[in-house]
Amino acid sequence: MTATDPTAHLTAEQIEELGRELDAIRDEVIASRGEKDAAYIRKVISAQRKLELVSRGVLLFSIFPPAWLIGTAGLSVAKIMDNMEIGHNILHGQWDWMRDPKIHSTTWEWDHVSPSEQWKHSHNELHHTYTNVIGKDNDLGYGIMRVDEDQRWHPFHLGQPLWNFINACFFEYGIAAYDLELGKNLQKRRRKNPEFRARARAVGRKIRKQVLKDYVIHPLLSGPSFLPTLAATFTANLVRNLWTHSVIMCGHFPEGVQVFERRSIKGETRGQWYLRQMMGSANISGSKAMHFMTGNLSHQIEHHLFPDLPSNRYAEVAVKVRALFEKYELEYVTGPLPKQVFSAWHKVFRLSLPNKKPKVKTPDREQELLAA
Amino acid sequence: MTSTAPRSRAWKLLEMVTTPLLPSDYLDLVSPLRAGADLRGRIEAVHPETGDAATVVIRPGRGWRGHTAGQYVRIGVDVDGVRLWRAYSLTSPTDRRDGRVTITVKAIPDGKVSNHLVRRAKPGTLIQLDQPTGDFVLPQAKPAKVLYLTAGSGITPVMGMLRDTEFDDVVMVHCAPQPQDVIFRSELHDLVADKKLRLTEVHTDTDGMLDIARLDELVPDWAERETWACGPAGLLDAAEEHWTEHGVQERLHTERFRPGIVVTGDGGEVTFSTTGRTVDADGATPLLDIGEEAGVLMPSGCRMGICFGCVTPLKAGAVRDLRTGEITEAEPGVLIQTCVSAAAGPCDIER
Repeated sequence: MTATDPTAHLTAEQIEELGRELDAIRDEVIASRGEKDAAYIRKVISAQRKLELVSRGVLLFSIFPPAWLIGTAGLSVAKIMDNMEIGHNILHGQWDWMRDPKIHSTTWEWDHVSPSEQWKHSHNELHHTYTNVIGKDNDLGYGIMRVDEDQRWHPFHLGQPLWNFINACFFEYGIAAYDLELGKNLQKRRRKNPEFRARARAVGRKIRKQVLKDYVIHPLLSGPSFLPTLAATFTANLVRNLWTHSVIMCGHFPEGVQVFERRSIKGETRGQWYLRQMMGSANISGSKAMHFMTGNLSHQIEHHLFPDLPSNRYAEVAVKVRALFEKYELEYVTGPLPKQVFSAWHKVFRLSLPNKKPKVKTPDREQELLAA
Repeated sequence: MTSTAPRSRAWKLLEMVTTPLLPSDYLDLVSPLRAGADLRGRIEAVHPETGDAATVVIRPGRGWRGHTAGQYVRIGVDVDGVRLWRAYSLTSPTDRRDGRVTITVKAIPDGKVSNHLVRRAKPGTLIQLDQPTGDFVLPQAKPAKVLYLTAGSGITPVMGMLRDTEFDDVVMVHCAPQPQDVIFRSELHDLVADKKLRLTEVHTDTDGMLDIARLDELVPDWAERETWACGPAGLLDAAEEHWTEHGVQERLHTERFRPGIVVTGDGGEVTFSTTGRTVDADGATPLLDIGEEAGVLMPSGCRMGICFGCVTPLKAGAVRDLRTGEITEAEPGVLIQTCVSAAAGPCDIER
């Protein structure tokens, strides 16, 4: 953890008490999950499908500029809904309790080049278990950026504002490569690993299907509107990628968010795990529409505490969680989207340059490997 | 079958258009009951029968293959947002003109689905359906004499038979606590008035449970009758014994509603049915650990209940969520997180 530990004032008993209070919040939501929640996700899925159908329909005539604009806007929103409020949350198992095989973490596939199975492993398992632990949570800079003073600087990091921008534009491909741990696995010895090759093939298949749909089939169906439709789907993917990248950057990158050493999670208690999630995440404040379009990842702190609670309940949970932050005198990092995006980018720029030697020494080899 | 190839090619193209979803995901939005869709039905009406029983009128989807009188159907109903599957006898005749079918449901104490269907189900609701099944049915050749021996909601498959096929000589002995608890009572009395049925009602609150030996007095020629019996296990056990004693067991056809009693406790014998391994588990160790120790290849992830990387079908028995204490009982389609679930009695995990 950097500089002064913002949780130093808490005793071990207080941390466990905090854990119990958070468990109680979780139990309350689970006990009250029901028909309304099920109706909510069904409504969102149905709305997303209708919006996508209509937008794709309008794009058949995208040779006319107003149709292009409307269709592109609609498709962008539909793709964002698919990835954020629907896909991300279903793949977290948030809706498994409904026992509907069509809305289930084991069957859902999303409009994204990373197959949901692989993403579940790298995101649900690695990122959510080891949130912000240097050397364990690859989401910290996605392996291409330095996001904390403690990480060793390398000249490669000078380019990180550019890497981050490119990653933002092609975010879904970045995620797919990330889920494959491409950097690590392209080393000579690992390239031939059959398990890696099978996963790489699965990504290849998914990319082929996605590209064929967006850039061949739908443009072809549009006939004379071939090129405008192609441009429209490219734009929609770009918009979706920039949006999701921005939202996700706001989750763990803004100033004030803590990172942790590998050693610090040894023998971590439930209370300590909760505390790490609280200190390692940041929220976005805003309207209901804003929360919806971020897939409720604007409630990143609540999501990290309770990744499997239905997303539509995070808003009510947030009130109680925030009260706990105040009770235990902890900083609840939140702000409007522009502020948080700026803060995250500011950090990316700042840490592209070397800083004075780390305030706390972290001798972990993994971390050095990561930085190298 | 010349049309198969182009059709399947057209379908493949359509799948490319809708990937990663399927064309049916979009078609379901507008036409959930169409041919080719997963089999569903729409509840069109709910008619009360007694204080705690109701008949649910269902319009099945186009894929419905029809039923034989006496069969049952499994239905999947969303209760408080959770899909639950139960089996109910079909009570409608097989040739209903409007294509609707009915089930008649008795609300049992603490029965989630039965109470929902009897008291809260709304017309317009979609439910999931399986094809009808069951061999508690009438034979092709008409028997000369028939006896229906029923108790409580055991009357439902028999009502399907009564409404479907007329016999020259039918006797029914039906048990229910009180007259007002007799499901379909007025319809049965109409049949009696039309001389299509001879009926004996046994009101167990006043008459006591039916002693099977009383059949000699109620239906003197019972042993000559082709008999269909449905009701609680006690009645059916007694009937089977009685018929066997008199050497006419081949005339008796019974239908048992599976009681579905799951023994819950603290720990129990865990069967990993795919690998065929069985081990004893206590009530505090996650099933993931139990399986791994037994050498079963278990999928795993975060090991703390957040990543859903370990979900596995629970085929039988019950498990307890170690975080909340919540009990989950096996039902078709139920998956459990093995890393935060422990055995709550004997259970069967599909691994």
